[in-house]
Amino acid sequence: MNDFWIILIGVLVACSCSLVGCFLVLRKMSMIGDAISHSVLPGIVIAFLMSGSRDSIVMMMGAAAIGLITVFLIQMFHHSGVPSDASIGVVFTALFTVGIVLISVYAGQVDLDLDCVLYGEIAYAPWNTLSIGGIESVPKAVWAVGSVFLFSLIVIGLFYKQFKICSFDPAMAAAVGIPVMLFHYLLMGLVSLTTVASFESVGAILVVGMIIIPAATAYLLTEKLSVMIGISMIIGVFSSVLGYYYAYLFDASIAGCMITVAGGFFLLALFFSPMHGIVLKAWKRKKVAAQA
Amino acid sequence: MDGLHIFQDPNTRWILFATMLLGLSSGVIGSFAYLRKQSLMGDALSHAALPGICFAFMITGSKSILFFLIGALIAGILATVLISYITRQTRIKQDSALGITLSIFFGAGIVLLTQIQHSDAGNQSGLDKFLFGQAAAMVQDDVMTMILIAAILVGVCTLFFKEFKLLSFDPGFAKGIGLPVVLLDHFIMLLMVVAVVVGLQAVGVVLMAALLITPAIAARYWTEKLHVMVMSSGIFGMLSGFIGTMASTMVENMPTGPLIVLSATAMFVFSILFAPKRGLVAKALLRVSVKNKVAKESYVKKAREGETL
Repeated sequence: MNDFWIILIGVLVACSCSLVGCFLVLRKMSMIGDAISHSVLPGIVIAFLMSGSRDSIVMMMGAAAIGLITVFLIQMFHHSGVPSDASIGVVFTALFTVGIVLISVYAGQVDLDLDCVLYGEIAYAPWNTLSIGGIESVPKAVWAVGSVFLFSLIVIGLFYKQFKICSFDPAMAAAVGIPVMLFHYLLMGLVSLTTVASFESVGAILVVGMIIIPAATAYLLTEKLSVMIGISMIIGVFSSVLGYYYAYLFDASIAGCMITVAGGFFLLALFFSPMHGIVLKAWKRKKVAAQA
Repeated sequence: MDGLHIFQDPNTRWILFATMLLGLSSGVIGSFAYLRKQSLMGDALSHAALPGICFAFMITGSKSILFFLIGALIAGILATVLISYITRQTRIKQDSALGITLSIFFGAGIVLLTQIQHSDAGNQSGLDKFLFGQAAAMVQDDVMTMILIAAILVGVCTLFFKEFKLLSFDPGFAKGIGLPVVLLDHFIMLLMVVAVVVGLQAVGVVLMAALLITPAIAARYWTEKLHVMVMSSGIFGMLSGFIGTMASTMVENMPTGPLIVLSATAMFVFSILFAPKRGLVAKALLRVSVKNKVAKESYVKKAREGETL
């Protein structure tokens, strides 16, 4: 049963991450995902210190707030003349550091392990159960990630058209009267929520892999946004299942294995994608050269 | 523990010296990275170093900083190659390429790290210190290596200052006057990898990026001249190394790496607020004075017009 729960958590994390990841990759904001996944740390610690529990709702609120603050700060520095990559770098490293220092200061009171922060403890997740509405002994992580996944699915489903236009042509979106900034922050809020929910299972840094890698892989395979989201979720699911299997085989970190498998999928797509694969492109070029 | 006591302990003195030189060298190289819009490259490279370190340990079985350096160097070069390959060959943009490379390498590193920890290699303990660094645990040999490499880095940057300057501001012109641009490009990247690797033991994989980014941005606020910026970025880095190390020896149970980064961040915030010309306070003051001036002028103008009428 534990295997089942771990794989289910992995699948849910992969699905919710790749859902928001597709939009980040299309909007050339992948590194903002990286930034948010690092900077939610102080939010989690502060929420933990204030509420005294690892109660998921409070933590999620704290982290989502910090996630939005991160985006706001990045934009503020960018507008004041700092290149966007540098402003991303300075904001998330600063906030992440604050989180680490807070953990060190309150080491006795905070039940957060620094290693766990980095690569998560999905292996222990099944034991931390929570019963809601008569359904018993379902891991807390399943509830958390599942509800966030459902929530982002609903939000993105409702405003799919708006998100789509904002991703491909923000100027046109503004011209037809879509509140671009609102949807920008909405998306960032979803990214923060997803990050926090996945945080305990896969850790701060590997969330980024789950956000970017399946989405970028799907980006190489299709030209349609809806198909891209579907493919990236499928890749995410396969990476979690195979990753768990490899982790079992090699006795290594589960989250790390999941990301490595996802990376393997990406490399496959990089070389052998029917449209954008390097091998096929080279082959086509050769054929054209032979004809000429 | 009081401040004077720290200077009497030779080991702490060496570590202090090492972190200061580390801050200096990463500040200097970071300012070139900043100007070339490659700040996040440092982030990717420092994460990418992890599997290199693990491989080096698995092959040699020793925890010598030299082997780690070689391993991390190879991993860093592979990462830069992969990033530029993805960006050039496909429609994936640089930011995604960075994120992909960073997380694949780090994920693989974590896999290797946990595998080493779960296997029964005797002396594996402390390998995970590379995640967050542990300056206090450095031995004299490590410190010596660090100091040597950091000094070389600063020396090389001084030597190639003119070339790097051209490359940062106008690569096209640099190419035109016959500089080997591609080679220099790789050379700067190599220097960055070396800087990252040197810093790993002191501040760790996760925070090393901050030392490359933060002092450079802070320095940018103070000046418009490259040599001044490089120097002040180096000084900011050095100061944060000094303050961070001092603070961590004085406060119980505080890791050095995060404190170094935190002091760098404090300098950055100070620079944003109070730097002349570009700082927020200076800008606000300028806005107020311009407003007053305009109000005054229009008043005077009105008054004059009133006279002539």
